[in-house]
Amino acid sequence: MNTVFKKSDPGREGVWPEKAGKASSELLPQGLLRQKPAGLPSLSELDVVRHFTQLSRRNFGVDGNFYPLGSCTMKYNPKFTENVAALPGFTRLHPVLPQLGGAGRLCQGALEVMYETERLLCEICGMQAFTLHPMAGAHGELTGVMIIAAYHKDKGNKKTKIICPDSAHGTNPASAAIAGYEVVNLPSKDGIVDPDELAKVLDDSVAGMMMTCPNTLGLFEKNLPKIVEMLRSVDALLYYDGANLNAIMGKMRVGDAGFDVVHLNLHKTFATPHGGGGPGAGPVGVSERLVPYLPVSRVEKLEDGQFFLNYDFPKSIGYVAPFYGNFGVVLKAYAYILRLGGKGLTRATENAVLAANYLRKRLDKVLDVPFDRICMHEFVASACNLSGCHVRALDIAKMLLDRGYHAPTIYFPLIVKEALMFEPTETESLDTLDQFADDLIALLEEARANPELAHDAPTTLPVTRLDETRAARSMELTDDL
Amino acid sequence: MPYVPHTPEDIRRMLGVIGAPSVEALFAEIGPAMRPKSFDLPEGKSEMAVLAHMEALAAKNASGQVSFLGAGFYDHHIPAAVDALSMRSEFYTAYTPYQPEASQGTLQAIFEYQTAVTRLTGLSFANASVYDGGTALFEAAMMAVRHTDRRKLVVCEAVSPIYRVMLGSYTANLNLELVTIAHKDGNCDLAALTSALDDQTAAVLVQNPNFFGSVNDFSALFAAAKQKGVVNVISVYPVLQSVLKSPGEMGADVAVAEGQSLGLPLSFGGPYLGIMTCTKDMVRQMPGRMVGRTVDTKGRTGYVLTLQAREQHIRRQKATSNICSNQALCALRSLMHLCLLGEEGLKRTAEICIERAHYAAERLTAIPGVKLLGSAPFGNEFAITLPVNAYQAIDKLTARGFVPGFPLGRYYPGLENALLVACTEKTSVEQIGILAEMLRGILA
Repeated sequence: MNTVFKKSDPGREGVWPEKAGKASSELLPQGLLRQKPAGLPSLSELDVVRHFTQLSRRNFGVDGNFYPLGSCTMKYNPKFTENVAALPGFTRLHPVLPQLGGAGRLCQGALEVMYETERLLCEICGMQAFTLHPMAGAHGELTGVMIIAAYHKDKGNKKTKIICPDSAHGTNPASAAIAGYEVVNLPSKDGIVDPDELAKVLDDSVAGMMMTCPNTLGLFEKNLPKIVEMLRSVDALLYYDGANLNAIMGKMRVGDAGFDVVHLNLHKTFATPHGGGGPGAGPVGVSERLVPYLPVSRVEKLEDGQFFLNYDFPKSIGYVAPFYGNFGVVLKAYAYILRLGGKGLTRATENAVLAANYLRKRLDKVLDVPFDRICMHEFVASACNLSGCHVRALDIAKMLLDRGYHAPTIYFPLIVKEALMFEPTETESLDTLDQFADDLIALLEEARANPELAHDAPTTLPVTRLDETRAARSMELTDDL
Repeated sequence: MPYVPHTPEDIRRMLGVIGAPSVEALFAEIGPAMRPKSFDLPEGKSEMAVLAHMEALAAKNASGQVSFLGAGFYDHHIPAAVDALSMRSEFYTAYTPYQPEASQGTLQAIFEYQTAVTRLTGLSFANASVYDGGTALFEAAMMAVRHTDRRKLVVCEAVSPIYRVMLGSYTANLNLELVTIAHKDGNCDLAALTSALDDQTAAVLVQNPNFFGSVNDFSALFAAAKQKGVVNVISVYPVLQSVLKSPGEMGADVAVAEGQSLGLPLSFGGPYLGIMTCTKDMVRQMPGRMVGRTVDTKGRTGYVLTLQAREQHIRRQKATSNICSNQALCALRSLMHLCLLGEEGLKRTAEICIERAHYAAERLTAIPGVKLLGSAPFGNEFAITLPVNAYQAIDKLTARGFVPGFPLGRYYPGLENALLVACTEKTSVEQIGILAEMLRGILA
C-alpha cells in the first residue's frame, strides 16, 4: 500500500482554516522563516479517511482478535471509558490552571478524579500513597528507582546496586541503570527466586531488588516473606513490578506483603487500551517511609472538601512529568475501577487465573510446560520437548496469526528455551479458549508433519515474513531515505 | 458480572479440567500471612451510574472559560476525522507491533509519522515517540552525553521551566553538570550561551519559540557549538514549524517537540506526545522504537520495528533508554492531523495564530502601564508587563470567565508583574477585544 505522501496531489484542499490577513513574512523578519516548505501532503478529507481506514484493516486489535499475550494483559477495553475520557469538561482543561493562584478552583473535578484514583489504588495495593505522574510502566520503574535512590541518599546510605532476577522484564535492569545503579542479575531456581542465591549477592551495597510477583513464568514467589526479611536486614528496598497485578487483586496486597514501591500498568490491569504501543500509564505507590520522596505535585484535600496541588515537599525527587501524567488514561482506569468495584476486581483476578490454568491443562499434553503446576494469570510453555525442538516458537506464533490469533509472547522469559508465554485474561469466553486450544493443537500436528509449511507462515495476511536484517542495514526510516 | 463471560457452569467445567476443587484453591500458594489486611473498595456500579458520576465531576471544571493560556500547550482545532479515525478499534485496541505481519497498519502509520516529523524539523531520522516534550528533551540531552562522552549540559533559561525542572530531576543521580544561562527580558542570551561552551560540553539546549514566545535563529550559536564538538539540541513548537526556520536549516543535531498541538486535546496534561528527530550521526543513540521499511519473502513492501539492538528488551541494562510503551496512538493522531491540514492548512493555522497574537499584543499594550517585556520578534505568544501583580489580574479576570494568560513569576523571580499571553486560531478578534477592555477596566 502506498504511503500517504505518495497519494499527495498539490492543490487538493484539506481541513483548512481561513487564510490570515497577513502572511508570516509581514509579521516576522525573513531570517527567522523557513526557506523551503516542510513537504506535508496535500490531500482531501476523503483521501485521508480512506488511507487510514485501509491501514486499520492491516492490523489486529483486541476487538477483532484474541491476544493470549503473556505479561501484557490484553483484556477487553470497555467502550464507555472512552466516552468518559472524551467529556469536554476534561478534554478542554489546560494543565497549568492549578498554577494560576486561587488553588485549583477552576479544575476541582479533575483534581477530585486524581485524588480518588490515588485513594482507590492505595486500597487495592495496600500502599500509603500513590503518584499518577509516570506515563508508562517503564516510566513508573524509573520513578520508583529514583525514589529508592532519594531514600538512601537522605539516610546517608552508600548503595550502588539493584538486584533483578533473571526472569525480570528487560525494562527493570534498564530502568535501574538509567537511574544510575549497577545491575546484579539473580538466577532463579525452580522458576522462582531462591533465598540461598539471593544471600550470595546481598550485602550493604544493595539499594533494592525489583520483583515481579507472580513472576514472568506465571509462578507465585512463595519465598516472598523470607526475601522481605533478608532485604530489610541490609536496609534494601523491595520493588514490585505491577505488570502482573491482574493475578492478585483481592488475594494479596503488595504493601501488606512487604513491598516498598510498586508501579502499576493501567493499560494492562485496568483495561485502558494499548493503542498500538501507548499511551499507557504507570502510577507508582509507596509505603509510608517513602512518601516524602514522591514526585511533585501531589493532590490533597482540605477540610472544606476542596482539592489543591501541593508542591512543597523538600525531599521530593522532583518532576518526572510536565504535569500529572497521562490524565486521559487515568480517567478511563478510574471509571473501570468504579464500574467493577472491589468484588468485580477480585472476580477479574479469579477468572484470569482460572482461564490461565484451564488453558495450561488443555495445552500441556501437546507443548512442554517446564513448570507444570498451578500457575497464576499466565504460564510459559516451550516449543521444545523431550524429543527435541522440532518446531520453533516463532513458527507457532506465525501460524497462529494465519488463524486470526495474535501470537503469545515468544522468546521471553529468556530462561525458557523457545518460550511461548500465554495469558488469556478473564474477558475471553470458554468457547474462545476451547477454539484456541483446538486450533493450536491442530496447528502443532500440522507443523510437526510439515515443517516447511510452518516456516512459510503467515500466508493469509497483507505481508509474509519480513526481512528484518535488510531493514536494519538499509535504515529506510522515512519516505525520504 | 461485567466483562467476565464465565457462567457458573463454565467455571465448574474449567475447575474439572484443572483438577482443582475451587477457584480459591488456585491461590493456595499465597499464605495467610500474605493475604490482604483490608480490601475496602466501593460496590460496583452500572455503566449508566458511572457515566453520570463522571459527568458530574466534569461539570465541576471551569472548562468554558475563554483562555489565553499557552506555555507550551495550545488549544488548536482538531479536525473531526482525527477522532473518527483514531477511534477505529484496529488502531486503539492493538498491541505494540512486535508481530509485524499482523500490525502493518500501525507500522506503516509510524513510518509515515517519522517521515512527517522529520520533514517538519528538517532532520533525517525520527523515533516512534516518547512520553512528552520534556522527556524528549531529557532523552536528547542523554543522546548527546553518550555521543560525546562529556558531562556538561548548557541550557538557556528561556527553555520551558517545566522541562528544565524535569531535566534537573532526571539527571540528579547521573553526575552531570547543568549550566543555565540567564535570559535577557525573555530572550536567549546568545553571546553568553556561546561563551559557556567548551570542550567539556556535551550539548547546548535551546527552544524556539522560547518559553516567552520569542522567535530566534540559532544558526550562529550552532555553528560555534559544532566547532567545539558540542551537540546542538533544540525544542520546537510543531505548528509554527510550518513557517519558522527549521532546526535542520539552523544546523541542529537533535530536534524535539511537544506534539500536543498536533491533534491532541489539552486533557489536563496528557496523554501528549514527545517528538524526537536527529541527524544520521546521532541515530544510533536514539531511544525507543523506530520503524523501518523492508520487503517480505515475496518482495512486497512492508514495515518492521528496527535497530532494536538499542532497546531494553534486547540490551537490558545496556540499552540506550528504558522506554518500552510510548505514545503510539498520539503519534498516529498527530500524523492524521498533519495529513488533514496538509502543508497549506498547517501554514494557515500558524499564520492566523501569529496574526492574532500580534493583534492582541497591539490591543493590550495600548492600555496605559502595559508594555511588552522584551523587543524580540514573537510568534503566537508574547510576554507583557502589567502595572500590578499578574496573579491579581488573573484572579480578577477568571472571575469574569477569562483566563488572560500565565503568570511568569511562577517560574521567574522578578517577573511577578509579567503575563504570558497565547493565541490560537480558536481565539477570536472579538475575544481579544473583550480581554483588552476588561484588563483596561481592572487596571483603571
